[in-house]
Order: sequence, then structure tokens, then C-alpha cells
Amino acid sequence: MAMEWVRLIEWIIKAVISTAVLLAGFAYMTWAERKVAALLQQRIGPNRVGPFGLLQPVADGIKLIFKEELIPAQADKLIFLLAPVITVVPAFIILAVVPWGPPVKDFYGPGQDLPLGIANLNVGMMYILSVASIAVYGVTLGGWASNNKYATLGGLRSAAQMISYELGLGLSVVGPLMLAGSMSMLDITNAQAPVWFVFLQPLAALIFYIAALAEVNRAPFDMPEAEQELTAGYHTEYSGMKFALFFMAEYIKMIGVSAIFTTLFLGGWQGPFVYEFPWLGIVYFWGKIIASLVFMIWTRSTLPRLRYDRLMAFGWKVLLPAALVNVLVTAAALLGNQVILGAVLGALGVAVVIAIFFGLARRSRGGPAGRRARAAQSETVV
Amino acid sequence: MNVELVLFILLALVAVGSAIGMLFSRNAVHSALFLVLNFATVAFFFLFLGAPFIAMVQVTVYAGAIMVLFLFVIMLLGAELLRQANTVLPWQPPLTIFLAVVFLGVIGLYFWNAGVAGLPPALAGDEAARAFGSPQSIGLTLFQEYVLPFEITSFLLLVGMIGAVVLTRDEKKQ
Repeated sequence: MAMEWVRLIEWIIKAVISTAVLLAGFAYMTWAERKVAALLQQRIGPNRVGPFGLLQPVADGIKLIFKEELIPAQADKLIFLLAPVITVVPAFIILAVVPWGPPVKDFYGPGQDLPLGIANLNVGMMYILSVASIAVYGVTLGGWASNNKYATLGGLRSAAQMISYELGLGLSVVGPLMLAGSMSMLDITNAQAPVWFVFLQPLAALIFYIAALAEVNRAPFDMPEAEQELTAGYHTEYSGMKFALFFMAEYIKMIGVSAIFTTLFLGGWQGPFVYEFPWLGIVYFWGKIIASLVFMIWTRSTLPRLRYDRLMAFGWKVLLPAALVNVLVTAAALLGNQVILGAVLGALGVAVVIAIFFGLARRSRGGPAGRRARAAQSETVV
Repeated sequence: MNVELVLFILLALVAVGSAIGMLFSRNAVHSALFLVLNFATVAFFFLFLGAPFIAMVQVTVYAGAIMVLFLFVIMLLGAELLRQANTVLPWQPPLTIFLAVVFLGVIGLYFWNAGVAGLPPALAGDEAARAFGSPQSIGLTLFQEYVLPFEITSFLLLVGMIGAVVLTRDEKKQ
């Protein structure tokens, strides 16, 4: 009985730590986003508040708290207030099934391990997908409840985008699931002991990364926040802390999908000596997450926003079929010889990834559309 | 009075309350949201019965995908405010009441015969139930024993999808 109470306290401590880390991560993601983007664009970035601008998030937070909170006169007040909350909660709870490290052996005494993760469900991946599917509501409802046509359009647009890319996302995780033979995130990490799945499933990793960017509404898929077209999108009418909650959800979701990407494709907490020193797993895990986050910021500073119809066409006509082919090839390889599995999957995936990149590069460089775009660009420059 | 029973009663209240809210709210968007809450609560019941896979599918498919489409239609058509018109389906309310009475009668008859012992036991702790509800056993059952119905269902869905694409295709391209 005493052990059960210890377990309960352990869960509470882990949940509090997870929430605190995500909150701190959100605050410093806003800082890192501006710093890294500044670095890539040869600017300095925030450097006024604290050393290297490190206290900038605190200043931003104070500013947002003291801003006036406006509610439009004809808005559906309850849903208007509820929408930011519905957006933030899934972002926080999605990481509950992701392990931060291997279990610490005999932590409480013989046979009593301390798992470094809140929960290890046998349906872990399904849990992530179901929480992600709930996240659509906040954006849609926020747009609708504002009683503003731009906000409603932005909300509907982003909902359509998120639903469409959920398909590619869901199918791209099937490859790693089949290789691991389990939906538990701990089993998936354990299955990547010699080779990370990014090498066996490069195509799935690419699809997951692109679909995850669309799912968290990051550039080049930040359609819901297209200022030029929709004034601001679903959060046009939001101000103060309610706006900050939408903002927070976006950054926490970034951390969340990075953690899931790390677990599925980059070996999670795997690294040298991790089984001897389990706490080292947390360092590897967060190191990989930070690398993935920096890559996301890099992507944002590099690529322009896609047009809406092209975005939908890409999701349905490129990502979805590619993910389906990946599932088929993985299943066929698993049925056949286990030894040639790695070679076949790796070679095919790399070939498709290279083909996609060359196709995109040729389209953006050559071709009538590319030439027209370049001509238009040089005209504006002149 | 164990923890599971208390949780069950609380969730049951939420489920019934959200169902009533769904029926009686005058705003179609609110109705849809009450239905989402109801689906999510039902997912918790599946968890109590030791079927985590079904619970997650319930949230993903019903609360996540289908209800978002409902909301889409409601918002795009601007049909959120119900008009005071019961003339559209005049036969509906009496039929509803009749069917509700029949349903409650069947349940009452069951408990009349079986007594309180007829209540299904909580299965979350039961090993056999847990093994049966695991993703592995569901996958094996679905793809071995019921593979033909599964394939037919997926074929039907595919036909529906292609039909939707064909219906909405641009006429000019032909």
C-alpha cells in the first residue's frame, strides 16, 4: 500500500516537472526563435533585456498580462473564452506518453524501477494521434466565436489544413510502428538500439516532419496566420493573455512534435552509455529535441509560405500517396528477409527523398512557373 | 464504494448531462460541442472496460474527425441558430418519445429478470479482458477472423471517397 502512495507522488512530481519544463521551454523558444532567425538573417536579435536578451520572455509576459482583454460585442462569449484553453490543454498532455529516458533500475529498492516518463501506454501512439485530433477544435472554435469573417475563414482554413495533414502524419508513423512491433513509445525507443529509424525510414521521417510542421501551423504552412490575406486568421480578435495562450500552444506543440519525432525516428533517449547511466537519457533526449527545434526555426527563416490550394494539393496528392507507398514497402520488406530489410528500406527511402528534392529544386529553378516567378521578382527588385 | 464506482458515477453524470445539453441547446454549434464531450466521456468508459485501443479510436474518429466535419458544415452553412419551426418533421417528437419508452422498457425488463447481479463487472483489472482489449488481439481478430468484412468496409469507404471526388470535380476539364 505504501508503494502505491509513493507511485502516486512520483506521478504528480513527474507531471509537474513535465509542465514546468514545457512552460520554460515555451518562454525560451520565443527567445530562441528570434535569436536564431536573427543569426540566419545577419541581425542581432533581442539584446536589451538582461544578458543576451535572456529576460526578454519575462518582459513579453508582463506586457501581455497587462494588455487590455477585448471581447467582441457579438461574440459567443463562453466559446470565445474556452477556445484558447482547448488549444493549450492538448499541447500539454500530448507528451505524457513519451519516455524521457530508460527506466532507472532498482530506484526504490530491488525490483522497483523508476520509469523516466509519465505513462507507458500500450496504445501510446494512438493516444498521441487522438490528442492531436482534438487540438483542431481550439483553432476552429476561436475563429467562429469571434464573430468576424476573417477569423472564421482563418479558423476553417486551418482546421482543413490540420485534418488533411493528419492523414499523412498518421500514415507516416505506421512504418516505425511496424518495425518496432508495438505502439508503446518505450518499445519504439528500445527497438532503435543499433540503428535509428530515420535511417530505415527516411521517407517516413520526411513525411512526418513536413506533416508535423503543418499540424503545428509553422512556416511554410502558417496559413492560419496569413496576415496579408486574413488580417491575422483565427486569433484576429484575441488580445492579452488569451492571445498569449494561442501563442503558447503553438510553441509547446512545436516542442511536442519535436519530442515525438525524436522518439519515433532519432532514437529517443538512445545514445552511448545510456543503459549504464539512465539519467544520461534525458540529456540525449532533450539534445535531440533542441536540434529538431532549431531545424524548425531554420526552415521558417528559409521557406516562403505556400499558397492555400498548393498546400492542400501537396498534402493530398504527394504526402498521402507517398506515406501509403512507404507503409506498403515496409510491410513487404518485413514479410521478406529480415537481413535485406534495412538495405531495401534505406535504399528506397533515400531514392524517393532525393527524387522529391530534385523535383522541387527543378520546379523552383527551371520550368515556366519558375521562370515567371523569377522574372516577376527581378521586376520588383528593379 | 471503490474509486472506480465513484469515477463511473461522475462520468455517467457528465455523459447524460452532455447528451441532454446536446438535445436542448438552441445553437447547433453548442449541440455539436456537447456531442464531442459525450463522445469523449464514452471513451473513458471504454478505458474502464479495459479497451484502451477502442477508447483512443473513439476519440480520434468520432470526437476528432467526424465532429470536426459536423462543425464545418454548421459553420459554413451558417446554420447555427435554429429557427422556431417544428413543422419540418412533425412526426419526429412522438416517434422519439415512443422509441425512448421502448428503449427504457427493454433495459427495465433486463434488470427485472437479472437483478442487480446483471450489472456487468468492472473489467479494467481483469487480465482476460485486458488481453482481449489490447491492440494486438484486436489486430489479429480484425485481420484474420474478420478480414472479409474488413475489406468490404474499406472498399465501401473507398467508393464513397471516389464518389465525393467525382461529384465535386470541375466540369470544364472534360
